[in-house]
Amino acid sequence: MPLIEARDLSRVYDLDSGRVTALDRVSLDIEAGDLVAVMGPSGSGKSTFMNLIGCLDRPTGGHYRLDGVAVETLGSDGLAELRNRKLGFVFQQFNLLPRVDACANVELPMVYAGADRKTRRQRALAALGRVGLGERAHHRPMQLSGGQQQRVAIARALVNEPRLLLADEPTGALDSRTALEILALFQDLNREGVTVVLVTHDAEVARHARRVIRFRDGRLLSDQRQEAADARGALLALDAHTAAPEPVPETAA
Amino acid sequence: MSLLEAIRSALSAIGANALRSALTMLGIIIGVAAVIAMVAIGSGARERVTSQIKSLGANLAIVQSGNVTQGGARLGAGASSTLTDEDATAIAREVDGVVAAAPVIITRAQAVFGGANWSTQITATDLDFFTAREWDVGEGRLFEPEELRRGEIVAIIGQTVARNLFGEQNPLEQQFRIRNVPFKVIGVMAPKGQSALGQDQDDVIFVPLDTGRRRIVGRNYARDRSVQTIMVKFASEDAIAPGIEQTSALLRQRHRLMADQEDDFIVRNLTEIANTATQAANTLSWLLAAVAGVSLLVGGIGIMNIMLVSVTERTREIGLRLAVGARQRDVLAQFLIEATTLATIGGAVGIALGIGSALMIARIAGWPSVVSIETILIAVGVSGMIGVFFGFYPARQAARLDPIEALRRE
Repeated sequence: MPLIEARDLSRVYDLDSGRVTALDRVSLDIEAGDLVAVMGPSGSGKSTFMNLIGCLDRPTGGHYRLDGVAVETLGSDGLAELRNRKLGFVFQQFNLLPRVDACANVELPMVYAGADRKTRRQRALAALGRVGLGERAHHRPMQLSGGQQQRVAIARALVNEPRLLLADEPTGALDSRTALEILALFQDLNREGVTVVLVTHDAEVARHARRVIRFRDGRLLSDQRQEAADARGALLALDAHTAAPEPVPETAA
Repeated sequence: MSLLEAIRSALSAIGANALRSALTMLGIIIGVAAVIAMVAIGSGARERVTSQIKSLGANLAIVQSGNVTQGGARLGAGASSTLTDEDATAIAREVDGVVAAAPVIITRAQAVFGGANWSTQITATDLDFFTAREWDVGEGRLFEPEELRRGEIVAIIGQTVARNLFGEQNPLEQQFRIRNVPFKVIGVMAPKGQSALGQDQDDVIFVPLDTGRRRIVGRNYARDRSVQTIMVKFASEDAIAPGIEQTSALLRQRHRLMADQEDDFIVRNLTEIANTATQAANTLSWLLAAVAGVSLLVGGIGIMNIMLVSVTERTREIGLRLAVGARQRDVLAQFLIEATTLATIGGAVGIALGIGSALMIARIAGWPSVVSIETILIAVGVSGMIGVFFGFYPARQAARLDPIEALRRE
């Protein structure tokens, strides 16, 4: 059974200016353990697709099963629970809570899962260790670099051990080197068995996926498998090239 | 998330905008302080009146001589003595519901005992006085009817006089002098304490009416039966008003006043006088209640306003919380708790301020300060309820946000 099973998935918006079909009868499967890039220019429907498979929105037509659950039958509490248990989100702007430290940020999904304080703390620290930030658990977002903040966000997305990691332009706010580090982290996590879907308009990012799905005008344009570029190898090459005594960034523990 | 954690996180959100939060709380603070002060003043005044009535004796009316017109000049109350002890006897006999009617003459004189002397109030009266004031001797005895009838030179002294004149000695059966007349002490009154006006009620010497009239005031011609006041005690509060009317009619008849003549006496209902103090306090209370009501309303609107601002500012945070699995009711609860915490902190500060001002007003007015636990609980409850009431709308706005829209918001 595929992890994601979309059949004739449509999303139509009723706007004042008329009906807009953002997604038009899209059918596709995503298997567990895959690393997929979803591409397309703005207005192509890729964001709408992401919102639908992320259970943030409900389709106006078609069917969508996530891990066997028919999403279109759920109410808003059911969707919230699904997001909490089966999905992890990573955003372009990190979306960390500024007033609390990294650990508390990572704990947030577990708060809504009803875990007790001790379990939360324990698992949050483990997740931060997994993204290489074990030492900075008690720093506030302001005290962390952009790359570190995105790692905190990834730890937060991982902490409930979701079936799917959904990243929306995760490198859009980062410089190219830090972007590579984050992509390397995604590849590491994927090797450990986490299913990753990267939504991006950047072909450079999409190069690091094993499957690339392209959207245009709300329809599926292409769906290709490819040899994924190795982000960690690229980082090593970059370090060798610049010959700067920069330490190899710590990654997955 | 446990409630405690939710409150802690609300406190951190409030602390992040400390000044803004403090300004928002101002309305609640003033409102709650006004409520506390209002209740304290109201009950303080009530307590004072009760103690006043208690120390004076309940259901009392006082008849004073007054308003005599002599050759066209109107003289004030008490300027001449139109009342007599026979009036008192008549009131006791003929007016319904009268328990006691005591004729009273009050003067000041120097009392001398050995080397000690003390200026004090001399009250010449009869046994009805002690009934009316609900006041008895602590030691010794009251006057015998025979002593009263014959005007014997005996005295009952108050505690203050006993202390100042006799010191450590037992005053009973001792002789002391007033205006060179040797009085024998037959009793010492039980302590009564301060009157509502701060007068020491134990600083007094009681003598039989006739003795006082002849030996101290110095009206020694037998025809003069005049007294300054008559103290009338009624059986119940309901009996006072009709009793006063009957008394007036009786006295007009006894004084042979024509229909067009004014009363030559004044009847005062002491319970009523005490009640005017309550009325003044009530006016103040109502004023404070108005301030409290308006402040609490404004405070509540302030909280609603600031929570709406907060929801707008934290739209992305709400979007994120929804994305990681918060249900609508989790978001609703978060903002409700925040509003309630804000209001409750305001309430707590208001309570402190209210107690402070209640104590200050009590000191200035000389009232017992009354701040009850109930008042405080009510104040906390009211401010919490304001938080819930005025926080609900913003919290619902937050909970109904579309996560996609919320995440996209800058």
